[in-house]
Amino acid sequence: MEAKSIPIRIAPGAPAPDGDDEVGLYEIRRKIYPRSVTGKFANWRVALVIATQVVFYGLPWLYWNGRQAVLFDLAARKFYIFGIVFWPQDVIYLTVLLILSALSLFLFTAVAGRLWCGYACPQTVYTEIFLWIERRIEGDRLARIRLDAAPLSLEKFVKKTLKHTAWVALALWTGYTFVGYFEPIRDLGLRTFTWNLGGWEAFWILFYAFATYGNAGWMREQVCKYMCPYARFQSVMFDRDTLVIAYDTKRGEPRGSRSRKTDPRVAGLGDCIDCSICVQVCPTGIDIREGLQYECIGCAACIDGCDQVMDKMGYPRGLIRYASENALALGQSAGSIWRRVLRPRTVFYTAVLLAIATTAGVALYLKNPIKMDVMRDRGALARESSPGIMENVYRIQIMNTDEVPRTFRLSVDGLPGIRIADLPATLEVGAAATRLLPLRLQVPADAAVPGSHKIDIVIEAVDDPKVRRHEKSTFILPKP
Amino acid sequence: MSDFTSGFWNLYVIVLVVASIAACAWLLWATGRVKVAAPKGAAKTASGSPGQVQVTGHVWDGDLQEYNNPLPKWWSNLFWITIVFAIVYLVLYPGLGSLPGVLGWTSTGAYKTERADFDARVQPLYDKYLAMDIPQIAADPAAQQTGERLFLTYCSPCHGSDAGGSKGFPNLRDRDWLYGGEPATIVTTITGGRMGVMPGFAQVLGEEGVRDVTAYVRSLSGLPHDSLRGQLGKPMFAQNCAACHGGDGKGNTALGAPNLTDDIWLFGSSEAAIAEGVAKGHNLNAGAGVTPMPAFGTTLGPAQIKLLAAYVWGLSNTKPAAAK
Repeated sequence: MEAKSIPIRIAPGAPAPDGDDEVGLYEIRRKIYPRSVTGKFANWRVALVIATQVVFYGLPWLYWNGRQAVLFDLAARKFYIFGIVFWPQDVIYLTVLLILSALSLFLFTAVAGRLWCGYACPQTVYTEIFLWIERRIEGDRLARIRLDAAPLSLEKFVKKTLKHTAWVALALWTGYTFVGYFEPIRDLGLRTFTWNLGGWEAFWILFYAFATYGNAGWMREQVCKYMCPYARFQSVMFDRDTLVIAYDTKRGEPRGSRSRKTDPRVAGLGDCIDCSICVQVCPTGIDIREGLQYECIGCAACIDGCDQVMDKMGYPRGLIRYASENALALGQSAGSIWRRVLRPRTVFYTAVLLAIATTAGVALYLKNPIKMDVMRDRGALARESSPGIMENVYRIQIMNTDEVPRTFRLSVDGLPGIRIADLPATLEVGAAATRLLPLRLQVPADAAVPGSHKIDIVIEAVDDPKVRRHEKSTFILPKP
Repeated sequence: MSDFTSGFWNLYVIVLVVASIAACAWLLWATGRVKVAAPKGAAKTASGSPGQVQVTGHVWDGDLQEYNNPLPKWWSNLFWITIVFAIVYLVLYPGLGSLPGVLGWTSTGAYKTERADFDARVQPLYDKYLAMDIPQIAADPAAQQTGERLFLTYCSPCHGSDAGGSKGFPNLRDRDWLYGGEPATIVTTITGGRMGVMPGFAQVLGEEGVRDVTAYVRSLSGLPHDSLRGQLGKPMFAQNCAACHGGDGKGNTALGAPNLTDDIWLFGSSEAAIAEGVAKGHNLNAGAGVTPMPAFGTTLGPAQIKLLAAYVWGLSNTKPAAAK
């Protein structure tokens, strides 16, 4: 097969028109019954399913300093993540998180293809969980195919009802957990059982449950094939050194069944015994032996399946394996494939990733717990408060993002004789609260030339002078 | 709907919308019937997918072919559902030109409903204040917070966030009142607005006369002034100004004429500012800058006005309590 850098099915020339075999632009989906598979990569996936779901289902139940450890309180616009409270003003950290996620996706994809899709994407993870339930109840691939083909019987009815009940229960629990990130989950539970849910809470629980049930139970690989944009644009990040799941054509072909005792070399056969296990285990229903295809989510189920067959046949493993295009074309050794992982592109992704992660970490560590907005009054630039004294009015908003109440002192600097009028010496702001108050600054009319002057408003905590913040503003002295 | 300047645009929109929906439906129908050749001798693999790719038969530049990656059938059904949705929507809601839709929904109607709902919801919060008198409300911290928010919304653009006023806009924090500081008077002021006018005296007094009167006015509150001019200005003041500002210059709250003997100056205390006022007057024409107090009786309900009045009254009348 000819190597191309964009991994799509390679067309061996246009087919000649065939009068009586036509297809439409839409097709009826053929249901896929993936056969269960065990092996190294399946274990990785199970481990990741468990790890991600323990975090997802468990996190909202943790407590931290008397409140839910992770809570995104949209109504109050406060986002609690363990010891830190994020405010809408901290949106930069969300941006950084998204940039880090994107760069990680670039890096992992450049190194070993659609690792995210194969092992960690919620679509894969929930499909895996739903398939596990399906197998417990209906049996493996063949039993499921037979069950679906059979006419409705009591057994079929019971099995189908059981399966969907289990699916719906899990989906509802998932929806409930999801909403539990936005509303305190214990309180939400209480209100669920006393039938006291708010309209939107109920909507989102049901919506998320419906999406989980529909996507993982019914849609499955169609989400990846037709709907997911990431699936498609990850292909752009592949290059010839990217490890992808590949069938070793040189070793496998010509394929054919044979007895275990037959020497394939003598019979003129390759190592592929054409048992179709790799196709049966595929959750997207493709044949990896046709080369890399856009449907392939990189789950490596075919590798596990094929390795078991190779073991049984007494052939070496790895007829289907993680290999790069270059490796297959040039017959590179495993060592040289691994060395090619460290290429400029991956090194660059890693460097940028580390730089941003470090910067964000340091910024988070040094995060200033107070914020202050200074807004000049718009209606009036300046006024004479008493003869010879000029006054400007501001509204200041003090935001204490710490979860302890604090007392602040306000001072101002930048013009001779500038002073704050009528403000108590100290200002208290409650825990994770804001305070909006008018601020009047006074300057003798002859303190400076008429016009706009830069001033500096400083706020600092009374008990900790290191907790301070400067905000710049202007003071306007009118012409006399 | 009267927004269109001519009936043409009404028709234009209707034709566009109907044609677009029809075109979408035709496209769906047509693509649903298109058949392309299946790959020759397509070996069905175990999964049922053909062994070779399908192409639509379209070729560009000699060798650029279009693959056929068929969408699932339910996908085209989703498109049909959007068309059904569009038709149902256009029957129920306005969308086809100026046709109102059978539900008779309008955005102004929706606003009014929501506004009425909201008013009904907050009314109980305000109701209890209607029964209280203003000093009582001013002593209630919760009412003062509501009053402050109302003030910041409706009053602060002119009177400032701190109610300290600015040139032409009275300071509401002091104990000096143009129209009187009794609670009932403040309610009247907010409800009906105020429009204090001072005529210009440049014609009557002449340039020198204006300077003399200015000197006399400054003398009333003990500001530095030319005492000779002050002496000259005194009779002119009695003749021209005393009618409103009073013989002693202490003003008249019935007319909103300011007290000229204190150190509170609505338009500034400098000689130039006072002279300009004497010569040209105040609030006479929009070109020179008018600063009327608008009437809020139509915007705010009686309870809101009462809360605002209590907040403003409290600014200068509950100082000892607030400064604890």
